[in-house]
Amino acid sequence: MSAATVSAPTAAPAHEGRIGLRANVRHIGALARRNMLQIKADPESMFDAVIMPIIFILLFTYVFGGSMAGKGHEQEYLNYLVPGLMAMQGMNIAMAVGTGVNDDFKKGVMDRFRTMPISRSSVLVAKIVVEVGRMLVATAILLGMGFALGLSITTTPLHLLAAVALSMVFGASLMWVFILLGLSLKTPQAVQGMAMIILMPLQFGSSIFAPTAKMPGWLEGFTKYNPLSNLADASRHLMRGGPVAHSMWMTLAWAAGITLVTAPLAVAKFRNKT
Amino acid sequence: MTRKDIPARGGNAVEVRGLVKHFGETKALDGVDLDVREGTVLGVLGPNGAGKTTLVRCLSTLIRPDAGTARVAGYDVVRQPRQLRRVIGLTGQYASVDEKLSGRENLYMIGRLLDLSRKDARRRADEMLERFSLTEAAKRPAMNYSGGMRRRLDLAASMIGRPSVLYLDEPTTGLDPRTRNEVWEEVQRMVGEGTTVLLTTQYMEEAEQLAHELTVVDRGRVIAGGRVDELKAKVGGRTLQVRPADPADLHRLAAEVTRAGLDGIAGATADATEGVVNVPIVSDEQLTAVVGLLGERGFALAGISTHLPSLDEVFLAVTGQKTSAPSEAQDTRTDEFQEVAA
Repeated sequence: MSAATVSAPTAAPAHEGRIGLRANVRHIGALARRNMLQIKADPESMFDAVIMPIIFILLFTYVFGGSMAGKGHEQEYLNYLVPGLMAMQGMNIAMAVGTGVNDDFKKGVMDRFRTMPISRSSVLVAKIVVEVGRMLVATAILLGMGFALGLSITTTPLHLLAAVALSMVFGASLMWVFILLGLSLKTPQAVQGMAMIILMPLQFGSSIFAPTAKMPGWLEGFTKYNPLSNLADASRHLMRGGPVAHSMWMTLAWAAGITLVTAPLAVAKFRNKT
Repeated sequence: MTRKDIPARGGNAVEVRGLVKHFGETKALDGVDLDVREGTVLGVLGPNGAGKTTLVRCLSTLIRPDAGTARVAGYDVVRQPRQLRRVIGLTGQYASVDEKLSGRENLYMIGRLLDLSRKDARRRADEMLERFSLTEAAKRPAMNYSGGMRRRLDLAASMIGRPSVLYLDEPTTGLDPRTRNEVWEEVQRMVGEGTTVLLTTQYMEEAEQLAHELTVVDRGRVIAGGRVDELKAKVGGRTLQVRPADPADLHRLAAEVTRAGLDGIAGATADATEGVVNVPIVSDEQLTAVVGLLGERGFALAGISTHLPSLDEVFLAVTGQKTSAPSEAQDTRTDEFQEVAA
């Protein structure tokens, strides 16, 4: 074929090969599109975001609600529970990121990405962007279900949005942890196993499901430093009123700390994966 | 195909000097030197575990060499990986496309990652689909493609950015002969358009078809190199193959040639399964003499041809072992695929 039949979109100039911010955003967009098309091709992968919130809210409200708040007063527990479940959901979605990454990164397409003139972190950031989107879907369903069951917010919608945003920020930071795990361990099963070991104590050793005041002293001490407690408390106070500042700043500090430590490690791991 | 002429001018698109890569105790690359001249195809030939894939992974910035230097289009693989990635394309043994995405979506994504505008990326994707005969399958997910279609999509993906240097790591491993020919045709076309190609292969026929020059590697070292015909000439002369029209003449024909005692011809052997008589020759005069003799004796012939020694024989001659030698070296994870496919 003659050169003329192929139009000539030229590659960007090779200014020392640095990738500018705008190009980076474009790359992340193209890669996020890939992740969304994957969901479109495999809608079952949305089950955890769509079905799990419904199961959790029904299960906990009606199994524990009666004991916690007294038979017939499940609604009071619901008001306590939903902000906590919002915090938990971030963790569950983040865990799925770890197994997904492990599986995805065994495929040949990752070699292609790593031989292309794109920033290597863009592949990981794109994944997180899409997963935060999945978290939003899960949270919307959780809240919708909550309102249907009688959840009441005593603050303003703005406060509710702040609570949602806070759980997104924290969830995104956790995704780096699980991406790191996903890149470090050999199989998706190992990632899942390890994730459960991390998740279970953090989820149940927190104020997500029950107030910590009645826990033994040592456990209560643990829950104070458990970022999930901070997040659950912050969301609760944002949605139902109460002192927000301490738990919110603690949550943001955790999110920042986790991201600062694990994100560079994850990118380095991805870069050096052979 | 016709004899490939090596473009006379132009420097080296790829220059590798003393490249070393260890995986634990294993020396996957043990001081490799090679050059690929601009606009030519270098075939890197070797058995499983010879270090071929490791070489390609070093040259495409996927792994860092432990020692030595490698430059591609003038860029150093260790110090200038970002620039280097702008000028290379890679097609591996396994499809490096997203299986859940359609062919078009894959190509569009790669166009966007290469900084094409949305419009250009779409146009380029359609162009490539057309060129690689994938237009009909454009909307289907790549996982439903046949092996050959996947490989073509992979080649298309590698060509979106118009790389000046293309690495093909065993591009036809596991493909059936017809599909293999399709891939070869595409590669020849790319070379015709000026792309420099570094091709690794275990298939002698593939190297003969595509490569201008050959580098034979074994256990991480280069053990022979040169033009394909040069390498063969080192190993020995040609074989004249004569096919009598009547298979019943086979043994009589062989006997006559042997008995004639033509100058420098040791003897002829009949190959009954192929229905041919093989006569080893070293010169064109001998070829003429044999053909003349057969005419004199009134044999009716159905075919006559000369063959250079096969690359299998070349490999045996330069390494002292068969090419199917069991691999001792770990040539990265992709070897698992080869063994299954082989």
